[in-house]
Amino acid sequence: MKKLNFKSSLDNWLTYAGVIIAFVVLQLLASAGGMSSALKGQLVPVCAYIVMALSLNLTVGVLGELSLGHAGFMSVGAFSGAVTAAALASAVPSAGLRLMIAMIVGAVFAALAGVLIGVPVLRLNGDYLAIVTLAFGEIIKSIVTNLYIGVDANGLHISFLKNTLQMEGGKMIMNGPMGVPANTKIATFLAGFILIMITLVIIFNLVKSRSGRAIMALRDNRIAAESVGINVTKYKLMAFVISAALAGAAGSLFGLSQNTIVATKFDFNTSILVLVFVVLGGLGRMWGSIIAAAALTILPELLREFSEYRMLIYAIVLILVMLATNNPTIKGFFAKIFKRKGAEE
Amino acid sequence: MSSPFQKQETKMVPVPSHSIVPERDVDKAPILECRHLGIDFGGLHAVSDLNLAIGRTEIAGLIGPNGAGKTTVFNLLTKVYQPTRGTILLDGMDTAGKTTVQINKMGIARTFQNIRLFSNLSVEDNVKIGLHNQEVYSTASGILRLPSFWKKEKEAHERALELLSIFDMQDMADMKAGSLPYGAQRRLEIVRALATNPSLLLLDEPAAGMNPSETAELMENIVKIRDTFQIAILLIEHDMNLVMNICEGICVLNFGQVIAKGTAAEIQANPAVIEAYLGKKKEG
Ligand SMILES: Nc1ncnc2c1ncn2[C@@H]1O[C@H](COP(=O)(O)OP(=O)(O)O)[C@@H](O)[C@H]1O
Ligand SMILES: [Mg+2]
Repeated sequence: MKKLNFKSSLDNWLTYAGVIIAFVVLQLLASAGGMSSALKGQLVPVCAYIVMALSLNLTVGVLGELSLGHAGFMSVGAFSGAVTAAALASAVPSAGLRLMIAMIVGAVFAALAGVLIGVPVLRLNGDYLAIVTLAFGEIIKSIVTNLYIGVDANGLHISFLKNTLQMEGGKMIMNGPMGVPANTKIATFLAGFILIMITLVIIFNLVKSRSGRAIMALRDNRIAAESVGINVTKYKLMAFVISAALAGAAGSLFGLSQNTIVATKFDFNTSILVLVFVVLGGLGRMWGSIIAAAALTILPELLREFSEYRMLIYAIVLILVMLATNNPTIKGFFAKIFKRKGAEE
Repeated sequence: MSSPFQKQETKMVPVPSHSIVPERDVDKAPILECRHLGIDFGGLHAVSDLNLAIGRTEIAGLIGPNGAGKTTVFNLLTKVYQPTRGTILLDGMDTAGKTTVQINKMGIARTFQNIRLFSNLSVEDNVKIGLHNQEVYSTASGILRLPSFWKKEKEAHERALELLSIFDMQDMADMKAGSLPYGAQRRLEIVRALATNPSLLLLDEPAAGMNPSETAELMENIVKIRDTFQIAILLIEHDMNLVMNICEGICVLNFGQVIAKGTAAEIQANPAVIEAYLGKKKEG
């Protein structure tokens, strides 16, 4: 007999354990000097992309709606986070605290954007979300490219389309098409690890609760879900907004790990890349998203040295990830191992 | 005709909307009343001028040939479709303008002719989803695992197993709903509907695809459900043995119109019914 609930609990605990072990090993490796500086520089972005993949998996795998503009929420989070961190530079001396505030602000702004899109679109039945999120990604890009924000003793100054800021001294934070030209890198690997853990707790606990079951009910059969009294719009919106908020926090983290950030970094290609992580890792399967995001983010960086074979190796790893996460034979192999350990099939 | 269970002896009496309900229910307002209910799909009068009253604890049958409009009646009652004409009173309240979700909260639960389970989820989770509006706690206490989460989840778990035990399905609680045998899927749909604590249960061909012994067991269980929960049940079914044995009032539809209403004996003796439905059945 299939023990569904037992198996998913086991999956969740193994995922937590895997993330903690990976963090400890990488942290030790980094502090012991056993890691190239290029790789070290990738640690925080990898965390950000893992959270991106996990959060998109909530929309695509758990809710069953297609989003093609997830990078848009990352962008909202990255820029609102960067502005927050810069504006608080003197008021909040602790970099860790500033990073935390920036990530929360990023999450809130992205959640607001999620509500703005979700309220009109998720009422409709049909695949409208894909097309609207696609447009959203592009709109965010052009808004950010036309935004000028500076800070001086009088506080924040904002102008749109043209730089008409009148500041007494102070400094530019966002400079239109140049994005955030002089970011302070305050994001740490520890913060990235904590964000991944928080994301996992939120998603796993949500899924195994009343609201999570309602969300999955909508995915499996909307008409049946309505017939047992589940409010479709409410739960669709809930999943979508949580997903957007997590992407915003990830964007904030990512932005604050870079010297400069520009709007074009968070374009359609990035949305698709994150979607590829989710699909490769398996819909609704969080550990799959983590592995796919980590492998496919680090890889291009590692392969710099083998520039000639780069694309070849990338393709091979892509196939391997696909096999490891989706292939029934390999899945059966792992299932057998677990069965021997006593997990009932 | 011998019945496999103790059938309650009930006298049927007429009520104002030209329907009949068991005598024991007659001093209470009917749980459901349809007046001149109708819906058109384009030019097709899928259901027209349906008048129906169902007693508080009645088991009623809705029968008729394929395409007669039976499932459409269920879709009207649950507001999957809004009626073109007529009124539906649930427990004396007009349901005009209500949504499917509101109708369920008001007390109608249903199963589907084409099974609609949450097939990737476990059997227990399917029932717990039926308990959505019964065991309530906030999303935040779910994510933060606050005390109300543990309390309500425990209640939901116990309630789900209790409901599954009606059909002796507790042992299947951890199985994936989509992997259940066909008959068990139909039974799970009934359990899920019951979980919403309805006062009227609509069953759309509950015995379809079941073998004779499963059907016999289902018949007993439908009566048992009515007796335990003291609710009304309206069922669509092609198995005449089931309908004639457990339905106290029967309504026959043909081409969207009621051609007969009455007790099993009256329906079986009705020439219009025999021609439209039973006659054809016997030939086939
Ligand atoms: N959504 C719809 N649009 C158009 N026609 C429909 C729709 N639903 C049902 N019908 C038609 O209404 C009639 C009754 O269908 P239905 O209620 O499913 O019959 P039954 O359940 O008695 O077999 C059929 O002719 C069917 O084609
Ligand atoms: Mg039908």
